Amino acid sequence: MSANTHVIRDATCTFCGCVCDDMHLTVDDDTHKIVKAENACVLGRAWFKEHGIEERPYALIDGAEASTQEAIEAAAQILANARYPIIYGLSDTTCEAQREAVAIADAIGGTIDTTTSVCHGPSGMAFQGVGESTATLGEMRNRADLLIFWGGNPAESHPRLFTRYTVTAKGMYVPNGKKDRTVVLVDVRRTPSAAVADIFVQVKPRRDFEVLWALRALVKGRHVDPCIEQLTGVSLATLQDLAARMKACRFGVLLFGMGLTMTRGRHFNSGALLALASDLNEYTHFVAKPVRGHGNVTGADNVVSWQTGFPFGVNLSRGYPRFNPGEFTTVDVLSRGEADAAMIIAADPASNFPQPAIEHLRRIPVIALDPKSTHTSRLAKVAITTATYGISVGGTVYRMDDVPLTLRPALPSPYPSDQSVLKRMKERVRELIGGNRMPPMDRVAVAA
Amino acid sequence: MLRIVNGRVYDPANGIDGEVRDVCIADGRIVADVAAQARRIDVQGMVVMPGGLDIHCHIAGPKVNLARKLQPEDHRVDVQPRTAITRSGVGGTVPSTFTTGYRYALLGYTTAMEAAVPPINARHTLEELHDTPIIDKGFYVLMGNNVVLYKMLEKGHREEFRNTVAWLLAASKAYAAKLVNPGGDEAWKGRRNANVTRLDEKIESFELTPRQVIGALIEAVDGLGLPHPAHIHCNNLGHSGNFETTLETMRIADGHRAHITHVQFHSYGHVAGKSNDDPTSRAREIAQYVNTHPNISADVGQVMFGQATAMTADAPLAYMLSRFAGGKWVNADTEHESGCGIVPFAYQDRIYTHALQWAIGLELFLMSEDPWRMVLSTDHPNGGSFMSYPKLIRLLMDREFRKEEMAKVNPRALRQTVLADLDREYTLREIAIVTRAGPARLLGLTNKGHLGVGADADITIYEDREDKEQMFSAPRYVIKDGQLVIEDHEIRTEHEGRVLHVAPDYDPGIVEVIRPFFESYYSIRFDNYAVDDSYLGKHELVATAQQRAAGA
Repeated sequence: MSANTHVIRDATCTFCGCVCDDMHLTVDDDTHKIVKAENACVLGRAWFKEHGIEERPYALIDGAEASTQEAIEAAAQILANARYPIIYGLSDTTCEAQREAVAIADAIGGTIDTTTSVCHGPSGMAFQGVGESTATLGEMRNRADLLIFWGGNPAESHPRLFTRYTVTAKGMYVPNGKKDRTVVLVDVRRTPSAAVADIFVQVKPRRDFEVLWALRALVKGRHVDPCIEQLTGVSLATLQDLAARMKACRFGVLLFGMGLTMTRGRHFNSGALLALASDLNEYTHFVAKPVRGHGNVTGADNVVSWQTGFPFGVNLSRGYPRFNPGEFTTVDVLSRGEADAAMIIAADPASNFPQPAIEHLRRIPVIALDPKSTHTSRLAKVAITTATYGISVGGTVYRMDDVPLTLRPALPSPYPSDQSVLKRMKERVRELIGGNRMPPMDRVAVAA
Repeated sequence: MLRIVNGRVYDPANGIDGEVRDVCIADGRIVADVAAQARRIDVQGMVVMPGGLDIHCHIAGPKVNLARKLQPEDHRVDVQPRTAITRSGVGGTVPSTFTTGYRYALLGYTTAMEAAVPPINARHTLEELHDTPIIDKGFYVLMGNNVVLYKMLEKGHREEFRNTVAWLLAASKAYAAKLVNPGGDEAWKGRRNANVTRLDEKIESFELTPRQVIGALIEAVDGLGLPHPAHIHCNNLGHSGNFETTLETMRIADGHRAHITHVQFHSYGHVAGKSNDDPTSRAREIAQYVNTHPNISADVGQVMFGQATAMTADAPLAYMLSRFAGGKWVNADTEHESGCGIVPFAYQDRIYTHALQWAIGLELFLMSEDPWRMVLSTDHPNGGSFMSYPKLIRLLMDREFRKEEMAKVNPRALRQTVLADLDREYTLREIAIVTRAGPARLLGLTNKGHLGVGADADITIYEDREDKEQMFSAPRYVIKDGQLVIEDHEIRTEHEGRVLHVAPDYDPGIVEVIRPFFESYYSIRFDNYAVDDSYLGKHELVATAQQRAAGA
C-alpha cells in the first residue's frame, strides 16, 4: 500500500441484494485499487479488493478490437434490423441504465427481461396472485421477535442479512439482538446457516409446498393428518409448535430464497408462503420477503414495472407491453429459437442457461455489455466493456426491500457506464428507425 | 410565440368569466401581447382554461409501483400503444409512468401531486416522476408517524421538531408535509395490527397522542411558511361516525391553515342506538365547518363506481378493506416512517355503503359555499381513476344527468342523504376553480391555475359541448410551458415537466441532533439518506413565505 490513499465513507456494496451502504473504502491512488473495505463481509471484501481495471479492449466486434463508438454503431444496426430482439440481464447495473434498456426495447418493439425470470420470477408471479405483507429490513431489525429463513443459506450467500439486519442485530424493540428473537431455519439440508437457528426444520426435497400448506391449515385451526411426516419429513408436532410460535410472536418474519422458487412448485411455493404470512395477520403482525441475489435486481423489477406495468418477461412487439412468463422469459424465447438478436447487459446467461438457450445465443447476433470477459461476451458479435457499477459508476440501486440508495463510486474507470452506452445506442437506434418502431396497424387495431 | 384568439376564457383568479379574449404566450409564460407574426390559433366557440391541477393523487413511488405489479389483469385490458414519439405503457387504475403523464395531459391536466411518500423512498418517487412526461409534479412526504419527530415532540423540543420538519422536506425534495392516520402505525406494527381510534388516545410506545402530533405539525408547517399547509388524512378513515374525528381534527388547527384531504371518506355518521354499523351522511356538518372556517381547505375524494385501487399509508384501513374485498392484499412497513396497504377494490352502485360514499362526495361539492377551498379529487386511484374526472364534472354541472345516475344507485343509501334536494349545477367558472384555480391557490403555486401575465403558459382548450363528460374527456389543445403539446386531441411533441419542491430554511445544527437516532435504528446510513439534486431533473424550487420576504 502506498502513502497516497483516500477513504470513501458510507459507500454501497452491490455484491448481493443486501446492498449494505456502510462500506468505508480505502483507495490506493497510485495502484487504483481498493485496499480496505471496512464493514464488508467476506463476499464484499472480495468484491471490492479483487477489483482492478482490466486491460481490456473498449470493445470487440467479431473478436476484433474496436472503439466504443464503433461498437455502439454495430449494436444499433443489429437492433434496428432485428425482427424479434430480446434484451436481458440488468440486475447488476444501475436504475439509470435499466431505464435506457427498457426504452430501447420499447423503441424497437423487443422483449425486455431480467435475471428475475431465473431467480425470484415465481415470487413476482405469486405476488400478483396473492399480494404480500412485507417490511423494510430496518423494521425486521427493530421489531422481529420471530425470524424464519426458508430455502436459503444466508450465512454463505448474504452474510450480513444475519448480522446487520436480522438475527444478531440489535433493534429498538429487541435491544438484546439474538437473545430477544427466535430463529428458525427451514431447508432440505443442514447448511452453515443452521448454526444461528434455534430451530432447524429439515424438509424432504421438493416438499416445501406441502409443509407450507399444512402450516396454513394449522394456523387456521384446521386438522392436519400425522401422515404429513411421511410425506415431508417434518412431524406434525414440529409443525404444530411452529404454527403456535408464529401466532404467538409479536412481529414475525419469513425470509425465503431460491430453494423455494426454483424447485418443484415454484410460484405455488412462493404463493403458499406469502399467503401464510398474510393469514397470520389475523393473529399478529407478520411479514415476508424474498431474499434477492443480485445487487440491483430489485431495481430492475421496479424500473421494468413502472415503465411497462409488469416486472419481467415483457414483450413490446405489438406496440404495447405484454407479460407472459414462459412465453416472454429469456430462457424460453431462446430455447425455442425465437429471438433473432439479443443484447445482454450485466449478466452471463451463456454460463448458466440451459444448453438449448446457449446454443441459440451462438446462432444469433449477440451484443454484450459487461465490465469483464464472460462466456456471453466471448460468444457475442459485439462486446462492449463498461465500467463496474458501485465501484466506478454512480447511480441508483434498490435494496431487496425496495429501499433506494445512491452509489458512491471509489475508482475512476477508462470505460463508459452502461447508462451512457445505452443512451447513445438508443439515440442511434431511433435515428435508424426514424423514431419508435411502429407495429403493423392492423394488429394494434385488433388489440384495441 | 403563440396567440390564441376567439376563445371564451375562464380565468377565475383574474375575474374573467367566459369573456372572448386573446391569450398570448412567449417563452413559456403568459404575456400581454406578442408580435404580429406569432402563430395564431383560432379557437372560436371553444373554452379556454388554465391547465388542470390535481392536488391529491397517487401516481409515483413505492406503493404505486407495488400496486402496478400487483394487477397485471388491470393492465391487460387497457394498453397504451407507443407512437413514433411517445412511449408505450398500460393503463387501468394504476397506469405505468409514461401513460400516467400522457393521460393526465390528454385530460387537460398539467400538474399532479403525488400525495404520500415515506422520506426514505423519495429517490424512488423522483425516479418515477422523471419518467412521468409532460406534467409538472411533486410529492408530499409522510410525517404523521415519523418516529424521529415523535421523540422530539415527546420531550417537548418544539424547535428541534420544527427544524426536523424543514430538514425532512429539504432532504427528500418534497413539496408538502403529509399526515396519514397520525399515531396509527406504531399500534399496527407493534401491537398485533391494532390502531388508534381517538385523538386523545396514547400512541403505542410513546407518551404522545394523535392530537399532539397533528397540532404540532400544523403549527410547524404554518410556521415555516410552506406554500401548502399540513395535508391531513384524518384518523378513522372509512369508519361510521368518523365525522366527529374530522371536526375535532379541524378544530385542532385553531386558526392555522390546514388541508383535510379526501374529506368524503371522513364525513360519516352512524345511526344512534342501532346495532348495525352502516354509515350515514354527515356531509352537512363537514361542509358547514369548512364553509365557515377560512383557515381550512379540503379536497373531496369523490368515489366513482367501477374499478379502483385502495393504496394508502393507512395500513389498518387497507387491512379492513381487504377483509371486505377478500382478494389480494399488500402490506408494506417502512421503518420509523410509515405503513402502507394496497387492495384492489370495486365500488358498486347497488351496495349501500358505496352508494352512500358516492352521494356524500356529491353532497360536499354541492353544499360547499367556497369552491376555492373544496376542490376536486377522487384520491386517484382510491375513489376511482383520474380518468373519471370528466364524468364527475358532468355530475356536478348537469342536474338531469345526476338524477339519472341517482336512479341507478342503492335507494336506501340515497335516503340517508339530501342529494335529491340539491339542485345546484356547477358553472364552468366553478369547475375552473375546483380543478385549477383553487388547487393552485391551495398549493401556493402563484404562477399556476390562472392566465394572468407572468403565469406559466399551461393552458387547456376544450370544444364546448352540451355533454360535459365528452367535453372534458378530450381537450382539443393542451399547451404546456408554452408548447403546443396536444393538438387535435393528439400528443404532438415530447415534453418534460418540472418537479416542484420546497427547501425551507432550518438550523444546520439539527443534522447532528438527528444523526444518533439514525445510527442506532435505521438500516441505512444517515449520510446516504438525503436526496441529492441529480434526482430533480427539470425542477422548480418554490419559496416559503420567509424566503419570498427575504428575496423581495
